[in-house]
Amino acid sequence: MELDPLLLSRIQFAFVVSFHAIFPVFTIGLASYIATLEALFYKTDNPVYEQLSRFWTKVFAVVFGMGVVSGIVMAFQFGTNWSNFSYASANFLGPILSYEVVTAFFLEATFLGVLLFGRNKVPKGLHLFAACMVALGTFISSFWILSANSWMQTPAGVEVRDGLVYVTSWSEAIFNPSLWPRFFHMALASFLTAGFVVAGVSAWYLLRNRAPELNRKALGMTVMLLAVIAPAQLVVGDIHGLNTFEHQPAKVAAMEGVWETTEGAPLLLFALPSATNERNYLEIGIPKMASLILTHQLDGEVPGLKEWAPEDRPPVATVFWSFRIMVAIGLLMIGVALTALYLRLRGRLYDSPRLLRVFTWMIPLPFVAVIAGWFVTEVGRQPYLIYGTMRLADGLTPSLTGGMALFTLLGFILVYAVVFAAGLYYLVRLIQAGPEAPAHEPDDAHQGRPKRPLSAVDTSLDDEQNLQPAGR
Amino acid sequence: MELIDLTLIWIGIIGIGIFMYVLMDGFDLGVGILFPFARNDEHRDMMMNSVAPVWDGNETWLILGGAGLLAAFPLVYAVFLPALYIGVFLLLAGLIFRGIAFEFRFKAKTSRYLWNWSFFIGSLVASFAQGAVVGAYIQGFETEGFTYVGGPLDWLTPFTVMTGLALVCGYTLLGSTWLILKTEGDLQDWAYGVAGKALIAVLAFFVIISIWTPLTEARVMDRWLGNIQWLWIFPVATLGASAWLWRAIRYRKEGVPFIATMTLFITFYVGLLISMWPLAVPPDHTFWDASSAPETQLFLLIGVLFLIPVILGYTAWTYWVFRGKVRPDAGYH
Ligand code: HDD
Ligand code: HEM
Ligand code: HEM
Repeated sequence: MELDPLLLSRIQFAFVVSFHAIFPVFTIGLASYIATLEALFYKTDNPVYEQLSRFWTKVFAVVFGMGVVSGIVMAFQFGTNWSNFSYASANFLGPILSYEVVTAFFLEATFLGVLLFGRNKVPKGLHLFAACMVALGTFISSFWILSANSWMQTPAGVEVRDGLVYVTSWSEAIFNPSLWPRFFHMALASFLTAGFVVAGVSAWYLLRNRAPELNRKALGMTVMLLAVIAPAQLVVGDIHGLNTFEHQPAKVAAMEGVWETTEGAPLLLFALPSATNERNYLEIGIPKMASLILTHQLDGEVPGLKEWAPEDRPPVATVFWSFRIMVAIGLLMIGVALTALYLRLRGRLYDSPRLLRVFTWMIPLPFVAVIAGWFVTEVGRQPYLIYGTMRLADGLTPSLTGGMALFTLLGFILVYAVVFAAGLYYLVRLIQAGPEAPAHEPDDAHQGRPKRPLSAVDTSLDDEQNLQPAGR
Repeated sequence: MELIDLTLIWIGIIGIGIFMYVLMDGFDLGVGILFPFARNDEHRDMMMNSVAPVWDGNETWLILGGAGLLAAFPLVYAVFLPALYIGVFLLLAGLIFRGIAFEFRFKAKTSRYLWNWSFFIGSLVASFAQGAVVGAYIQGFETEGFTYVGGPLDWLTPFTVMTGLALVCGYTLLGSTWLILKTEGDLQDWAYGVAGKALIAVLAFFVIISIWTPLTEARVMDRWLGNIQWLWIFPVATLGASAWLWRAIRYRKEGVPFIATMTLFITFYVGLLISMWPLAVPPDHTFWDASSAPETQLFLLIGVLFLIPVILGYTAWTYWVFRGKVRPDAGYH
């Protein structure tokens, strides 16, 4: 069998970037949550907020650490597997990616240390300030990386000379047409992720009757937030889709599974798209809905995939199904959040075991939605690397052989499996120990404790006593 | 902007960034390499504690150098990474295993020995890979226009294996002199012993490389035998620094060996730059061929000029906070 370096590189890139993406998406939202808790503590002096903040800061530290480890690999992927692309686009992407890394480090170096280790050492106000700066830093970091990605989707502000990209306008290139919809969609996705994890974990404690006061507070707060954000995501997602319809119509045709250019296209709920036969099987849809959503007219025209030559079309089925998974999870989130809000307003939220259980089951779903969303975006951009400008195959490292690509792909899978297993095991232990575990502030700098994320956590890996929560 | 040569500024920034990385991550990688040879687990705890507070700050410089390369010298990025594909993977895997060992070793009890190995092997592989990168740089890359066209293992030659081993010894020397500075008693005695042996090995490699390189690379020979005689100050300085280091180890001057080792590294680094200047991607491309557009270099320069003082300040502060000797009881358990 001939090993195809292009295919293997795509699999490898999709693997390492998806692995990386699940950590930042959680830390961005969690950082804002921690900042909120700190602000509430600052204002009300209610120790419950401090206890919650302490606990979630530990979780943050572990997840952030895994984000850093996997992020460093990303910075090298562009050069190892996509060197032609890196070289051609370096004039723009180089500084943008540098700014991403550099802002992440800047915040880590200065404010993360204070947030993690400074609780008893700096004034309360300064600690709050550090928490806010960490939250801000995660947003600045994601701004840069999304600018880079959006520019690949909707390139602007550059000209191509001799195969190299030259920036003609930094502001147009950075604030390219799809940046803002993508940024806000991603920001809401982060809030939803952190929100559903916090809600799910709090519900899990409540089901076990652990630290009820604390966890009610956490769940109550989060439910209010989710009830606003989940519907907002639908609106932003819609705007994002309209923007894509304008700039990348082929992607939208794949998302909707439309082959022929149609007026009054139906919204397909189910279909099995077949790229070889250029049609769908087993279609179930709502008539005219897709046209209504995309053009705001019942008979609006939606271009079909056949407008493009077969080699210019994205892989339909992946885009089609990833999109449906994301939207289905989005709708489910709206349903759960609104139900919870309703129960909360009626004062029955905390003693409805069924809903609490649903919340614990929801924990993995935001991560699935995020990965699915990225699959829509990235697979839908195919066959281009820089939309309309550079094809995937032209971006590949010329000297790369199938054997090399396979070697590193297997290598990364192995390395990440170890890292992920250790990290996840550790997170589970942390959550089992719970927020009510005695506040054991990490020792101060003079005792030789490093200012690093994972060390903020003093739960031992295989020390049995940590399994006995105080509240039981 | 014609008045200022941005490329030259960027050579300075990245040159210093890489060098800071070599010095600083060098000593903590060296401690990792020495790990399994320590006399007992208590020593191992102290060794790890001596670098635990600072190692990830040290790695900041690698990221700064790597990201800066893509922005300022994309050709270097786009040739080195494909050419060293397997080596880069090993480097990353090594750094990852080493990084998580820091975190998990102190939290583990029954699985502790696994993290000891993870720390040692990770450090060793990362150090060797970095040394091989230096060797590959001296050796040059087969390019056609602006792309690498050689094979996947072209970089792996007797020469690069030798430079890889040389850097492993160099880092061991840095690590052992760091331990002399940071510890006392038994552990310090042991570190004095190691430092002496490591110095002999490093000098042996220095001699081999100094003979081997000019013989295989004509341009290096021309540079040294050309008409710029004052260049010879640097090899002489190397010998001077070695003598200084040797005496400091003999007469047990606690703080001096580490400083002398750093001086020794500076002379190596300058010697390497003299041999290679002005080539970024040997044998065909200079730094000016490899640089990105001036507007790109300027755009990033603005941010970096603001950031470097912050990083330096933070680094200095961390070292200040963690100054003094490590003791067996302190640290994390
Ligand atoms: C929407 C957010 C987002 C996305 C799409 C990406 N990242 Fe990221 N990245 C972050 C958000 C983030 C972050 C939240 O800013 C992190 C997590 C931990 C950290 O320190 O910053 C981070 C860390 C991080 C680091 C480590 C920096 C550090 O140690 O502090 C690197 C090198 C990268 N990223 C590089 C990448 C690359 C090359 C990506 C492109 C595929 C990428 N990231 C996608
Ligand atoms: C962090 C969230 C991200 C996820 C989950 C993600 C996911 C993916 C996936 C699944 C592919 C494979 C598409 C295919 O080959 O069919 C891909 C491709 C790609 N993406 Fe992303 N992406 C993310 C962010 C980014 C960013 C921020 C950039 C650039 C700055 C980027 C650059 C690329 C490149 C260069 C490819 C081409 C290689 C390939 O097709 O596999 N991605 N991504
Ligand atoms: C509720 C209905 C939703 C709609 C209508 C929607 C719409 C969209 C659209 C159209 C895209 C592709 C844009 C493009 O590539 O040009 C997208 C991407 C994405 N979606 Fe959603 N989405 C929804 C819910 C969600 C939820 C609940 C999450 C996660 C919690 C999520 C996470 C993402 C992510 C991470 C991407 C990729 C990054 C990006 O392009 O923004 N989405 N979404």
